[in-house]
Amino acid sequence: MLKYALIPLLPFAGFLIAGLFGKYLKERAAYAAVAGVAGSFILSVSAFIDVLGGTIIDENLYSWFAIGNLTVNVGFQIDQLTAVMLLVVTTLSTLIHIYSVGYMHGDKGYARFFAYLELFTFFMLVLVMANNFVLMFVGWEGVGLCSYLLIGFWYEKKSASDAGIKAFVVNRVGDFGFLLGMFLIFLTFGTLDFTDVFAALSGPAAAQSYMLLGAEIGVMTLISLLLFVGAMGKSAQLPLYVWLPDAMEGPTPVSALIHAATMVTAGVFMVARCAPIFSLSPTAMTTVAIVGGLTAVFAATIGLVQNDIKRVIAYSTISQLGYMFLGLGVGAFAAGIFHLTTHAFFKGLLFLASGSVIHALSGEQDMQKMGGLKRKIKVTHGVFLVGSLALAGIFPFAGFFSKDEILWSAHNAGEVGRVLWMLGVFGAFLTAFYSFRLIYLTFYGKSRIDHEVEHHVHESPKVMTIPLVILAFFAITIGWIGMPGAIIPHANLFGDFLAPVFPVLEHGVANHGLERWLMVFSVMVALAGIRLAYSLYVKNTSMPDRLARSFKGTYNLLLNKYKVDEVYNFIFVDGLVHRLARFLYNITDVKIIDGAVNGIAGMIRRTSEGSRKVQTGFVQEYAFVMGLGLVVLMGLYYVLK
Amino acid sequence: MVPLYWYVLLSAALFTIGVVGVLSRRNVFIVLMSIELMLNAANINMVAFSHYLQNLTGQIFVIFIITVAAAEAAVALAIIILLARNRGSVHVDEFNLMKG
Repeated sequence: MLKYALIPLLPFAGFLIAGLFGKYLKERAAYAAVAGVAGSFILSVSAFIDVLGGTIIDENLYSWFAIGNLTVNVGFQIDQLTAVMLLVVTTLSTLIHIYSVGYMHGDKGYARFFAYLELFTFFMLVLVMANNFVLMFVGWEGVGLCSYLLIGFWYEKKSASDAGIKAFVVNRVGDFGFLLGMFLIFLTFGTLDFTDVFAALSGPAAAQSYMLLGAEIGVMTLISLLLFVGAMGKSAQLPLYVWLPDAMEGPTPVSALIHAATMVTAGVFMVARCAPIFSLSPTAMTTVAIVGGLTAVFAATIGLVQNDIKRVIAYSTISQLGYMFLGLGVGAFAAGIFHLTTHAFFKGLLFLASGSVIHALSGEQDMQKMGGLKRKIKVTHGVFLVGSLALAGIFPFAGFFSKDEILWSAHNAGEVGRVLWMLGVFGAFLTAFYSFRLIYLTFYGKSRIDHEVEHHVHESPKVMTIPLVILAFFAITIGWIGMPGAIIPHANLFGDFLAPVFPVLEHGVANHGLERWLMVFSVMVALAGIRLAYSLYVKNTSMPDRLARSFKGTYNLLLNKYKVDEVYNFIFVDGLVHRLARFLYNITDVKIIDGAVNGIAGMIRRTSEGSRKVQTGFVQEYAFVMGLGLVVLMGLYYVLK
Repeated sequence: MVPLYWYVLLSAALFTIGVVGVLSRRNVFIVLMSIELMLNAANINMVAFSHYLQNLTGQIFVIFIITVAAAEAAVALAIIILLARNRGSVHVDEFNLMKG
């Protein structure tokens, strides 16, 4: 058990060393940090091998607290799902730690950066290893905290600290749903341990229902929807996605680790972990699928016109998370987790590669001021291309296998599924388009780089490019572990490995012929997207401007991200929060609290003004009162005796 | 023989005069004298009871009280002189620095 407990504890030790002694260690703090995650990675591999050998661990380390009949343990569960997440988290975390050694070089918050990154890894591992909802929530909040700290890492910058606060606040909305879901689970089943809850699902408690707004809603639907609200916040789904694009204010390794590969997928993981609960509620499943499908397309359309290289990738992340939920929602839990895994690698790669581009251009993030970088930073260009091909879903890159499995599952999931499949394919077209728009604007065409910057363009150091190459290798190959039956029968190692964790939802029989045609179709769609991007951004470079002018309304709507931020500001920030704040200030604070405080002070002053007249200062009067008192006391003594 | 009753009555009368003097007179000297009066009222009481009980302790005590009273009068007079020098007055109602 110690071995498994060490998986999260090693990064925590790294956090303590880098955090407490960072001032003295300076840049040497990175050694402790990298050692921590690397150790955790090795242990995770070993844990994965154990699980592969059939060992499922579910053990309580100690009892955290017990109130009434609620007992919360600190306990770890390592089953197939957790093993996959452990590998994803520790691999990405290790590579990104190594990359950061080069990327953050010279930053004055160097040790602090690694301390936060370590703390994040610790909480993320707690999240995926927890064997009950409460401990999972600890990890869940912990990664949220680290996300906040790292988005606002350059806190002198107003926009960065604002973005941190925005991420935190938006996540609170989701966490509220998660908490309510947990309460309802406890109310219904009287326990919060995963195994106990899932075992009780077949019992009578799960069949209860509540009357809500005149409609009868099953308790499982209610729990699932509440949990999904939590997932929406953390995994940036409509309508709670607004924090993720702003989160790009953080350093690029943070965007790669937290806001692409691991933390934002926590929602997907949570829904997958609760698959037995969700699968009991068709309503909730459909909701998950629809929200996922809509987000996939919605975010992709915004990504079409953004000019900030990191923001394009951020919207792409939101969109890909939508695909994962789409997969979960149509019952293809393994496919959702598969996409999570492949996405972690190729999106981590894309972010790190964009970090390398930004590094080469001395901090420039605007793609309109890039171009022609292909020859100057060859390695970055190569890995970026691999990442984009994987993202676009071109055979045989990783994204192809996972995205296609999701689309195929959606296609098989009835009429709603068919509509979602169409959305998904459309999204795939948009994805291919914007990811190659990014490639063409950045690496091809004429250079639009500022002269000052152009002199300094250089390839990143080895410590950054080696993790990139490793990630690129995975971005090509990781998909092969989930080979669909339509290409090589019975070779879907990933799906078979995860099969014991998830409930099986029947969706008709497999039709390999049709599946093959759909694959060809979606690859064609992706190629069409790439082709369109090529003709717009390499061939006819004046075309995008003309298009933007002739479709001015649409273009501006997309450029301004559908004005969702403005609407939220108007309704919630100005309408609700400011009004509430004004009310609290003018009425509660000024009238009630200040009124009470000042009132009491005033009352005491008025009373004392009256009573201080007694203090005349004349000794004789004091003596008189003393004498009088003596007489009264003696009188009392005689009377009462 | 004069009965104890008279002595006690005399002492009470003297004490009351002293109290009234302390409380009502403006001049510090008169106040001081009134205090002496109260002390001596107590002395008369002591001597009377000493005689009545046939116990000399009370009379010895009176000697001590008179001594202490003499010392106290000396200190008090010195204070009054300083007070008169500094404030130019010996009237009690002009000293109200303790006013709240």
